[in-house]
Amino acid sequence: MSGHATYEFRNPVVRWIDSRLPIFSLMKAQAMDFPTPRNLNYWWTFGGIAATMLVVQILTGIVLVMHYTPHVKLAFDSIEGIMRDVNYGWLIRWLHANGASFFFVAVYIHIFRGLYYGSYKAPREVLWMIGVLIFIAMMATAFMGYVLPWGQMSYWGAVVITNLFSAIPVVGDYIVQWLWGGFSVDNPTLQRFFSLHYLLPFVLAALVFLHIWALHVPGNNNPDGIDVKSEQDTLPFHPYYTMKDLYAILVFFLVYLAFVFYSPWYLGHSINFVKANPLVTPPHIVPEWYFLPFYAMLRAIPDKLGGVVVMFSSLIILFFLPWLDRSPVRSARYRPVYRFFFWLLVLTCIVLGIAGSQPPEGLWIPTARIATAWYFIHFLVILPLLGKLEKPKPMPATITEAVLARGGH
Amino acid sequence: MNKIIKLLTAVGVALGLLAAPVLASGAHRENAEDYDYSFEGPFGQFDRAQLQRGWEVFRQVCSSCHSLNYLRFRNLAEPGGPEFTVKQAKAFAAQYEITDGPNDEGEMFTRPGRLSDAFPPPYPNEQAAKAANNNALPPDLSLIVKAREGWDYPWYISPIIKLFKGNGGAEYVRSLISGFGQPLPPGEEAKEGLNYNPYFPGHWIAMPPPLSGEDVEFADGTPNTLKQEATDVAAFLAWVSMPKMEERKKIGLMAMLYLLVFALLMFMVKQALWSRIDH
Repeated sequence: MSGHATYEFRNPVVRWIDSRLPIFSLMKAQAMDFPTPRNLNYWWTFGGIAATMLVVQILTGIVLVMHYTPHVKLAFDSIEGIMRDVNYGWLIRWLHANGASFFFVAVYIHIFRGLYYGSYKAPREVLWMIGVLIFIAMMATAFMGYVLPWGQMSYWGAVVITNLFSAIPVVGDYIVQWLWGGFSVDNPTLQRFFSLHYLLPFVLAALVFLHIWALHVPGNNNPDGIDVKSEQDTLPFHPYYTMKDLYAILVFFLVYLAFVFYSPWYLGHSINFVKANPLVTPPHIVPEWYFLPFYAMLRAIPDKLGGVVVMFSSLIILFFLPWLDRSPVRSARYRPVYRFFFWLLVLTCIVLGIAGSQPPEGLWIPTARIATAWYFIHFLVILPLLGKLEKPKPMPATITEAVLARGGH
Repeated sequence: MNKIIKLLTAVGVALGLLAAPVLASGAHRENAEDYDYSFEGPFGQFDRAQLQRGWEVFRQVCSSCHSLNYLRFRNLAEPGGPEFTVKQAKAFAAQYEITDGPNDEGEMFTRPGRLSDAFPPPYPNEQAAKAANNNALPPDLSLIVKAREGWDYPWYISPIIKLFKGNGGAEYVRSLISGFGQPLPPGEEAKEGLNYNPYFPGHWIAMPPPLSGEDVEFADGTPNTLKQEATDVAAFLAWVSMPKMEERKKIGLMAMLYLLVFALLMFMVKQALWSRIDH
């Protein structure tokens, strides 16, 4: 997006505003006329779905805060007040709680789409890295948000995760006390988590803006991974992708709202309906499902610091993906060997998730260790090797050619 | 649909029998007996008469030890619950002495309850509750049905069972309340001060059997067997745990239908646009 738009709006008010702050030209160029590859499939709708979920979370969250009290003596009661007394409070609460889960569903699919089609490769490396930052910010936000209801799992999950930082040598204990605002998870902890939980979504929104900006420089990747060569390869974003994205969002909402209305606490833990009690430890301490793979990695390593390092490394390693995978071919459509390893990675992550939900006993211990090891082997060994050794399938020269070869209809 | 659910449940139970239901802490318990409550499923609704009977059981028996802090007397007259008349709810409230104050002399005083009052707890604080109950704290029951799970199944079948049968909190309460007095299995030794109940994790619960059958007279003449009382009080507690359930399912139906129609329309729009070009 550079240079002046030559389009003239018909409405004089719009023209007046636009000549002073080109917001209308911006929207027209970026959200309507933007040339988008014509071969995008439905896996490309999840970015828009994720952005929608961010908006849902911010709106429901702001309304919840109007009725929530961030104090250890009052938090749990204020949530019950929302559920019972606030008009449609129950709906806003369940929209927010399930909205977090479905935000992660959309983002995980979005990430795996990127892995499959090589969307992280040049020239989209920065786009990918901003995406990893968004993911990390989401995890921090979700973790702190889950503490706010101050149920048993809220409290004990906070205890487990904040204690991890004591593994840092020399300064670990001081850092943990600084985080806690005291000598244990208590009111100062809850209040600062509340403040940061309100802050981070807006940081997220800014990151999403940068994410879309970074995308609009090279333009979208596409399922064939072939660069756009001419206008013939593309379609204007509106109406083709605006309407397709809206359709996809509605289907996504059908699933999301089915949970909200018919099984609102299915994805949670029943013990979080018990007020936090520092003197009673629950038999099982597990995070929400979207953290389970990382929880499994954490517990797979017998050493506390080792577990923390491995868990954080699993995220940091993602920043280096564009340089770990050096294959010049983007899309797994033309990389049959990579495709096999991609699905193996998906299976590994699912196995890690299940392992994270189970007590670390019996067969789950070696399972989690093997899966954790394979996760790192995939990124550190397999991808660089494939880049050198894999022989890709022959690729069409242009997107249009690819579409017509498949019987473009 | 029901057939599929029954088949999956049967498979799940069969698989579950392969692995004894054990919680992570090693605290074994029997899975609660499954019961077809009227409020289960996407179209479920509470049975008003059942809720009213359950309220009687709670009021006359359970409330001597258990608090119900999030229930207010006005909730008893609101739609979606036992739906007593406002007059009846006021009468219930007036039976209780509520501590209020301080008055202009600076003293606390008691007065008869009003609709806006919460159900008064039996003990003034946690320590008093423990002192009166062998150092065990009778939990508040406002959320008990959501806070408990009735069944444990192996990890590969549990999510499917829970999707169709729910967490089983109400069934847990029902089985627990009516599950006392069973003979100790071989190898189980009596524990002092505790009561044997196979539905409680670890099998030994501090609460003595609260009901034995014929504890409460039901106004509608329903036979007051132990099972009936347990069933009804569990349903009542389910309502206290989720008072907006009926409204939630009603609005849910409207939301799903609206989305279905909207999605269909958008699909047709998308189809109409894309069918005119190569893609």
